[in-house]
Amino acid sequence: MVEPVLSVRNLQVEIPLRKSLLRPVDNVSFDIAPGEILGVVGESGAGKSMTGNAIIGLLDRPAHICGGEVWLRGQRIDNLPPEAMRRIRGKGIGMVFQDPLTSLNPLLPIGAQLRETISEHLPVSNDEAAARAIAALEEVGIPGAARRVDAYPHEFSGGMRQRVVIALALCAEPGLVIADEPTTALDVSVQAQIIVLLKRLCRERGTAIMLVTHDMGVIAETADRVAVMYAGRLVELGPVREVLSAPCHPYTIGLMASTPLASQNRKRLNQIPGAMPRLDALPPGCAFQPRCTSAREVCGQGVGPDLTAGDGRAACWFTQAVSA
Amino acid sequence: MLAFTIKRTFQSFIVLLVVGLVAFSMFRFVGDPVDNMLGQERTGADIERLRGVLGLDQPFPVQYFKFLKGAVQGNFGVSYRQGRPVSEIISERLPATLELAAVSAILAVGIGFALGVFVAIRRDGWVAHTIMTVSLVGVSLPTFLIGILLIYLFSVELNWLPSFGRGEVVMVGEWRTGFLTKSGLQALILPSITLGLYQMTLIMRLVRSEMLEVLRQDYIRFARARGLRDRSVYFRHALKNTLIPVITVTGLQLGSIIAFAIITETVFQWPGVGLLFINSIQFVDIPVMAAYLMLVSVMFVAINLIVDLLYFAIDPRLHVGRSGGTG
Ligand SMILES: Nc1ncnc2c1ncn2[C@@H]1O[C@H](COP(=O)(O)OP(=O)(O)O)[C@@H](O)[C@H]1O
Ligand SMILES: [Mg+2]
Repeated sequence: MVEPVLSVRNLQVEIPLRKSLLRPVDNVSFDIAPGEILGVVGESGAGKSMTGNAIIGLLDRPAHICGGEVWLRGQRIDNLPPEAMRRIRGKGIGMVFQDPLTSLNPLLPIGAQLRETISEHLPVSNDEAAARAIAALEEVGIPGAARRVDAYPHEFSGGMRQRVVIALALCAEPGLVIADEPTTALDVSVQAQIIVLLKRLCRERGTAIMLVTHDMGVIAETADRVAVMYAGRLVELGPVREVLSAPCHPYTIGLMASTPLASQNRKRLNQIPGAMPRLDALPPGCAFQPRCTSAREVCGQGVGPDLTAGDGRAACWFTQAVSA
Repeated sequence: MLAFTIKRTFQSFIVLLVVGLVAFSMFRFVGDPVDNMLGQERTGADIERLRGVLGLDQPFPVQYFKFLKGAVQGNFGVSYRQGRPVSEIISERLPATLELAAVSAILAVGIGFALGVFVAIRRDGWVAHTIMTVSLVGVSLPTFLIGILLIYLFSVELNWLPSFGRGEVVMVGEWRTGFLTKSGLQALILPSITLGLYQMTLIMRLVRSEMLEVLRQDYIRFARARGLRDRSVYFRHALKNTLIPVITVTGLQLGSIIAFAIITETVFQWPGVGLLFINSIQFVDIPVMAAYLMLVSVMFVAINLIVDLLYFAIDPRLHVGRSGGTG
């Protein structure tokens, strides 16, 4: 097997608060192969953004990594000194945020923001950085890139700005891009274009993507594998076709039943009853167990199942017992 | 840009007209200068003659029009107290105030900005905490008290710096400057600290809170996620965005430095227009008071205009009519 571009091992993030200690990311492990697209799904607050931020080393205080390891192309990066980690951001791992309206500095021309990023990471002259900035804008489909390189962010629409953001994330040629809900803030009409663009550019460059999204349709069309998160834990991880057509974990099953998919003709959508527990009130055992229709006695005991048991598809005593 | 400037200039003009009316109204409603000027042994004929000389016997609109016409030409009539043209008295006194205000403003803006940025970047360090705590003193102590404390410490106890006056001054053309002599510079230190301290702490605290707000923004996160250096994140991305909200308040603060100079000049017996104003109040020297009022408002308006133009220079979102956005 090829060496993964990203390898996350038993990652734990904690937030010490005055009264409690929260675990927004608990024991998360996964790999991303070069050029692979890993979709990450889960409801709001499941810890998807925290995981991405932890990987790129941008957790906001007081949140911090308290356990586990992150490896990028064979280099351990979770314990790097700040300056070394800074050099990896942008060059080793690119990032695309949710809202293109707020991701760009309103007071700097987009070209200046591209050039500073390119010059920071690549050994190029100023002229070459300028030429690359224009080329990067052309590649993401900004019409008249050479003319508009000196325009300010407010002179572009939301979709165009997200293209600029993608150009910025890719301009130093990272091997991995973490895209945290890159289309959620966009007009429905341009969402698909942005995903297609991101996918095409990354395929051309062999860049892997960790694609966080709410949109199962996007996952179905884009991702190679999918990871499902619930209450800070990874509950299911597998090839996208298998997970979508035959979900193992009761939470994934519920998630599928509650999401409209073009390919599936469901008569009605079923919401999972109840809500995800708050981080300061996690039940013992499996975090999903209070909402789970298949729950048994074992589910409410101990530390709960993890992905390493059974066939490695789902963190669930029930399915692991079934498949064993 | 041109339309914007014209609009703002027009607004400024209206403001000045209103202030002019207020200043002029003082002539009618505040005290009677004739009483003061003639003293106890006056006759009815004396009073009438003086009223005629001062133009006080004419109808209100005529007096207002004459006042405005004079004001535009820099002519505010004759000081009741000194019997000399007000413009002459003011232009003698103005350099002292402007030099004091300029040094205070540079202190307030320069140090205020630098410290504000520092405490925002190092917000959890003990140095930043100490600065923030000490700055509370600067905001809460009244100006005259700071002046008196400084005089007590540096003039009375340590005897390092003079406690009043401008020291030795030199004439540069019409301008009487204290910048060129040692004693002149020494005399500037305590008054300018007194005058600028409040504004400095205010600017510092404002810069800090705005900068912290900017540092929470997505584009700062994104700048970090692109691997930019701290230096670039703070000074290229954050600082410029901090400037926009800070500039307005800073402009107002600079205006109030001119206004607050009255107190500092009184405490330090600084021979500027503020002290002149205080003295003319005691004497109901209305032409001087009116001229001072107009002068201060012209400065306020000018600073505001400059602030608006600076806004324009910094924020590209205000530039309409550039290559329009499509998407
Ligand atoms: N500063 C904080 N204090 C307390 N809880 C936090 C803080 N920041 C994030 N969280 C919690 O961490 C969890 C994970 O958040 P996040 O990773 O943003 O979720 P997602 O991206 O999957 O929607 C959420 O439950 C959120 O409430
Ligand atoms: Mg999120």
